Amino acid sequence: MKLSQLLAGQKGIVKEFTDLEMSVKLMEMGCLPGEEICVERIAPLGDPIAINVAGYSLSLRKREASTIILL
Amino acid sequence: MKADLRVALVGNPNTGKSTLFNILTGLNQKIGNFPGVTVDKKTGYCTLPDGRNAEIIDLPGTYSLYPKSQDESIVFSILADRSNALKPDLVVVILDASNLKRNLLLYTQVADLKIPVVIALNMIDVANKSGIKIDVDLFAKRLGVPVVPISARKIEGIDKLKAAISYANEIALQNESIDVEAIAPQLIARMQTELQLDNPYFALQLAHQHETVKFLSPTENDTIEKLEQEFSFHSQKAQGTETIARYAFINELLYDTVKKPETAQDESLSNRIDKVLTHKIFGFILFFAILLFMFQAIFSWSSYPMELIADLFVWVQDKLHHVLPAGPLTSLLVDGVIAGLSGVMVFIPQIAILFAFISILEDTGYMARVTFMMDKLMRKVGLNGKSVVPLIGGFACAVPSIMSTRTIENWKDRMITIMVTPLVTCSARLPIYTLLIALVVPNRNVWWLFNLQGLALTGMYVFSLISAVVVAFVFKLILKGRERGYFIMELPVYRMPRWNNVVYSMYERAKTFVLQAGKVIIAVSVILWVLASYGPGDRFERIDKKYRQSQYTKTLNPDELNRAVASEKLENSYAGALGHFIEPAIRPIGFDWKIGIALITSFAAREVFVGTMATIYSVNGSAEKMESVQKKMGEAKNAQTGRPVFTLAVAFSLMMFYAFAMQCASTVAVVYRETKNWRWPAIQFAYMAVLAYAASFVAYHVLK
Repeated sequence: MKLSQLLAGQKGIVKEFTDLEMSVKLMEMGCLPGEEICVERIAPLGDPIAINVAGYSLSLRKREASTIILL
Repeated sequence: MKADLRVALVGNPNTGKSTLFNILTGLNQKIGNFPGVTVDKKTGYCTLPDGRNAEIIDLPGTYSLYPKSQDESIVFSILADRSNALKPDLVVVILDASNLKRNLLLYTQVADLKIPVVIALNMIDVANKSGIKIDVDLFAKRLGVPVVPISARKIEGIDKLKAAISYANEIALQNESIDVEAIAPQLIARMQTELQLDNPYFALQLAHQHETVKFLSPTENDTIEKLEQEFSFHSQKAQGTETIARYAFINELLYDTVKKPETAQDESLSNRIDKVLTHKIFGFILFFAILLFMFQAIFSWSSYPMELIADLFVWVQDKLHHVLPAGPLTSLLVDGVIAGLSGVMVFIPQIAILFAFISILEDTGYMARVTFMMDKLMRKVGLNGKSVVPLIGGFACAVPSIMSTRTIENWKDRMITIMVTPLVTCSARLPIYTLLIALVVPNRNVWWLFNLQGLALTGMYVFSLISAVVVAFVFKLILKGRERGYFIMELPVYRMPRWNNVVYSMYERAKTFVLQAGKVIIAVSVILWVLASYGPGDRFERIDKKYRQSQYTKTLNPDELNRAVASEKLENSYAGALGHFIEPAIRPIGFDWKIGIALITSFAAREVFVGTMATIYSVNGSAEKMESVQKKMGEAKNAQTGRPVFTLAVAFSLMMFYAFAMQCASTVAVVYRETKNWRWPAIQFAYMAVLAYAASFVAYHVLK
């Protein structure tokens, strides 16, 4: 299951990443394997999405969210 | 000022770093550039409890020492390069107490560079309120550094922080966070011996960043490159390993020192606000309502102070004309310098109000939501959600906005944003628009609420946004991308704006405007006055002689005579000659030679237009009757037809010209500085000139 498939309000736990370059950036922002992610909302035009991770809000595009594989 | 100690402030974005900087340094600060790069360097001074004087450097906010943008790359260079003149003696790392986990990543990186560190645990009040309990003593003991809980917003704990800075050790005593050598043991060891580096983490960072940092010699660079190949060093993998190790350390630390409330938290206030502000429909309605309100406010709130300033200048000019002896010097001062200045000073209220709004939108966190809402739309036209900030900032001034595009990581997105930002109606165009709109658009309300002039101005702003979007789309088709773009951005929690920051920004911007524009305008006014007051050969004498003839002195009263002389002199002056020279080129878009003079003088800065108009019509008008520029322009009649010069068609044609033409030397310079290539400002100048002429042509012929 990819993060991009979650709907607003749904939660998941990060398992791994499919893209090395993106993973480095996401992990720096606290989005690490084992971390719980909650999709807070989806932008009015359907992209990007806002997630809650490690206690704060982070926005990322759906394409970027699709590189995050959830447990 | 001589400093005994240099202190760098380092921290994540949105941690209150700038607020702390303002508190520590007060108004005793200056903005400059870091040598060799175009990153704003904010420095200030602070007196410590022991009497020593500390120089405080505010470094750009960053999430890690691995830079994602140009601004962020300066942080590592300043901290690590020992030959750098700005290398700090001490680093104050600001941590957001309510979001410690992510904030600590940067701390552990800085700490591993073995520079003396003090931690400022900011927003401790917010953390306490939401039930987060931090065992500060244990936290400090585990890290081996002084930790001072503060609240920069409430100005609490600042004295303790100053004390901690003055008692800080001169050598770094912090505990190890992770085993840095384990990430690339052989490479780090060899780099340390070959480049004589005593710090393993500095060696590792150089392995990652040696291609971008500026302080390495070519031989050092080659050595690092060679070693990297020898040990097949993979930058991204190593960085991933490091980040995971650091978070493991952080999790363990936080597990022992921080207690968070177990029960599910209430839905945060920010979340509830976001439900409305980023709503599918209300979100956009509100965004446009805010923009509309902003422009209405700029127009209506500023009208009273503007009239006051204009009247003041008229009064001063009037008095000076009576007090000073008549002659060329008085004329230079009153009709040249003061007339030119007054045309610009009246716009201080508008600029202050505009910057107040922009600073409030940034400060509250709303700007980040606009970025979030607009990203998809912006991407369609080749921009990026983050382009919204420079574009909205472009309403104020293109120069800082183009500098702020450095936060856009993607090269193509950034170039397109730079290319279209100067199209957005900046504050220098505001004086021109308000003057011309006030001349030709009636001042009355429609549908009870909207002022017709305010609507016309809003229209110009919307039009500028539309043209920026269209041009961006064209550039999207032409330019080729270099790398993939991404959009990972923190959405900061909503906060009340810090009113003193808002006031400070208003003051700072108005001051910059007055000083920078003022200098140009005085210079241009003096030159223009000379050009307008003298003519080639004996033309002026012949005019004087001509009007001394009885056919004129008898038929015209003295006032009319003076006006006829002045007007003919202006036409025959050097400035008039210049205006006449370009008149054939601008006649098709409805401009006469007087406007031609203003186009030439405002070539380097748009706001000079109004000053020039003021000077031209002062030289032309009678000295006895001082009036505001607007009144003089309104009364200007075409010599042949007797109809007003500034008709609807001419006014809108002029506005179109200023909407598109790149009449700003500062923007050209900053685009060159940011792109490091003359091709970009040249292309920009050319396309804007073509659009300006075409749009003016259309506007003039449609409205004529």
